[in-house]
Amino acid sequence: MSEYNTQILICGGTGCQASESEEIGKSFRELIGELGLEDEVQVVVTGCFGFCEKGPIVKMMPDKTFYVHVTPADTEEILKEHVVKGRQIERLLYKDPKTKQPVSDSQHMDFYKKQLRIALRNCGFIDPENIDEYIARDGYMALGKCLSEMTPEQVIEEVKKSGLRGRGGGGFPTGLKWEITAKVPGDKKYVVCNADEGDPGAFMDRSILEGDPHSVIEAMAINAYCTGSDHGLVYIRAEYPLAVARLKTALKQAREYGLLGKGILGADFNFDIEIRYGAGAFVCGEETALIHSMEGLRGEPTFKPPFPSEHGYYGKPTNVNNVETYANIPVIINKGADWFASIGTEKSKGTKVFALAGAINNVGLIEVPMGTTLREVIYDIGGGIKGGKQFKAVQTGGPSGGMLTSEFLDTPIDYDNLLAAGSMMGSGGMIVLDESDCMVAMAKFYLEFTLEESCGKCSPCRIGNKRLYEILEKITEGKGEDADIERLKILSHVIKDTSLCGLGQTSPNPVLSSINYFINEYDAHVKDHRCPAGQCKALLRYEVVEDKCTGCTLCFRNCPVGAITGERRAVHYIDQSLCIKCGVCFDKCKFDAIVMV
Amino acid sequence: MNKITSLADLKRIKEQVHSKIRMRENSDNADTLVQIKVGMATCGIASGAKETMTYFIEETEHQAIDAVVTQTGCMGYCYAEPTVEVTLPGQEPVVFGFVNKAKAREIIDRYIIKGEMIDGMIPVTYKTIDE
Repeated sequence: MSEYNTQILICGGTGCQASESEEIGKSFRELIGELGLEDEVQVVVTGCFGFCEKGPIVKMMPDKTFYVHVTPADTEEILKEHVVKGRQIERLLYKDPKTKQPVSDSQHMDFYKKQLRIALRNCGFIDPENIDEYIARDGYMALGKCLSEMTPEQVIEEVKKSGLRGRGGGGFPTGLKWEITAKVPGDKKYVVCNADEGDPGAFMDRSILEGDPHSVIEAMAINAYCTGSDHGLVYIRAEYPLAVARLKTALKQAREYGLLGKGILGADFNFDIEIRYGAGAFVCGEETALIHSMEGLRGEPTFKPPFPSEHGYYGKPTNVNNVETYANIPVIINKGADWFASIGTEKSKGTKVFALAGAINNVGLIEVPMGTTLREVIYDIGGGIKGGKQFKAVQTGGPSGGMLTSEFLDTPIDYDNLLAAGSMMGSGGMIVLDESDCMVAMAKFYLEFTLEESCGKCSPCRIGNKRLYEILEKITEGKGEDADIERLKILSHVIKDTSLCGLGQTSPNPVLSSINYFINEYDAHVKDHRCPAGQCKALLRYEVVEDKCTGCTLCFRNCPVGAITGERRAVHYIDQSLCIKCGVCFDKCKFDAIVMV
Repeated sequence: MNKITSLADLKRIKEQVHSKIRMRENSDNADTLVQIKVGMATCGIASGAKETMTYFIEETEHQAIDAVVTQTGCMGYCYAEPTVEVTLPGQEPVVFGFVNKAKAREIIDRYIIKGEMIDGMIPVTYKTIDE
């Protein structure tokens, strides 16, 4: 076994590396050599500690002392004082922002661990294909508690009291939905799990089904007990083969244990679940379209009301909840509504899972209490912007959402704040954009998506979005007119006001939101025929700076279309008629002799 | 598999599963049993987690290391897939990122056998409901 008495852990996350963590490691290693401590002290470079704002971070083991804002100049003191004499260096300790007192070790730092895993509690912890591991973690205890100790009304009351709201995007109070479904009279009722995760860049539901399928099965059974159903359906897209396989295994194991079937846990309660496959159409995430798709009809939405809770699958009362919503239920029953309601903000309780993607260092799946700020998510958990670039905006809510700019970095994330800021919670995709992302192109990207995914039933969505897209395309090609921006706005509002379902009612949001916050970029495209972010190819031109070109021929050799000419050691030229604006020359040039204009 | 027919039954099974895990920990080879969990969600598998898992199974067998290698879901560190969690007996679990074959070999040779910490471990950055 290891003979080291002390281990010095240095954060090697990208954020800390940018602020000299490598030099700190080097300095430690040199000094350890000089002081002859090689056999006692080991230096280890770790992944991100998730506290990037205070970086570089150095953690001492085994006493867990947590030093923040460490510089290479501090290493000697750390070795001589902390390691040799066993004295903490107070000025490098993290100071509690409330008490202003230094905190001695990471266990007592409230602010350090910003993530709280409720829905993801078992993801990455248990073997998803072994029901015993789920049971060992209190699995099916909540169902047992409901069946033996609680009436359906009490369970619904508990869910209502918890303040849980739908995690699929809309944020409708879950307990209320359950109550409505329970109260509607009906000889047959259905419990549906919406696993049709369609936002680009979102994979929360997939991860839950792949990592902890039993939590969803258990919650669906609890819902069935509350609403008086005996039949569950999971609507999942066929393009999630692993999630489907794990769910099937889980269902089989639950049946073998009698946790699905007749007379579950000795109670007068029967319930089983079947899987229905979706073909990956975005509109089928809308609950009425989803139900039609399950009925074998075209995946098209219908007007609400009546809501599925009253008139759903084959006209029967149907409770539709999203995967993440269900995953929270067993914990609420086990730990109590009060516990759950103590987490989060006034109107948004509990946590939210986000899929962090885009221009961010720690791309990943995170779960934070409601009320966490965007800054904490991006700069602490996410490790900051890739390549040290400037933050521009975050896109939340997918094709139905909007942009949140730097002025919202300190806004606590919850349903209402995001709506007020012109975006929405959505299902949890969070795409981070930096200075090199063009907002017009971004809006165009989302519109292209909705255009393909529109079911075509109503004209505002089918025709309106196509026209919106064409105007955006015109602008990104430098052919925009002054009146186009006003046209975009008017058309967007018409589409929002007159579309039948959520898809059309929200599809112009990325356009409106980007016009609202980035009107300068639209103006630059339309008036100056220029793309400030340098992303719209039609508006780009690469040119050689004659003074800087050394004639190294690197660009000439790398140009895929032979658009560059020039003799060795002489200035090169780009033939604009041949150039495809791929940017290879710009990236390859070592002398900054090629510029984007 | 026997049916679970009551809450009491379920609780008994939970105890059994618990004690099975504890027995595994307290058995004769308690000081050597290593638990290795490989993140096997779609993203992990796409980055080569299957090869990593196979390597761990083969290599621990080959070197006669008493280890349990299991799969688990997404740990959330998508930027560092494949991710692997290693628990040495009596110690806190440690997560490693970017575990390809070479990294897996380093983990076995240096962390599992010698107990040395190695570069690339990912600190735990979240709280769980058990805390």
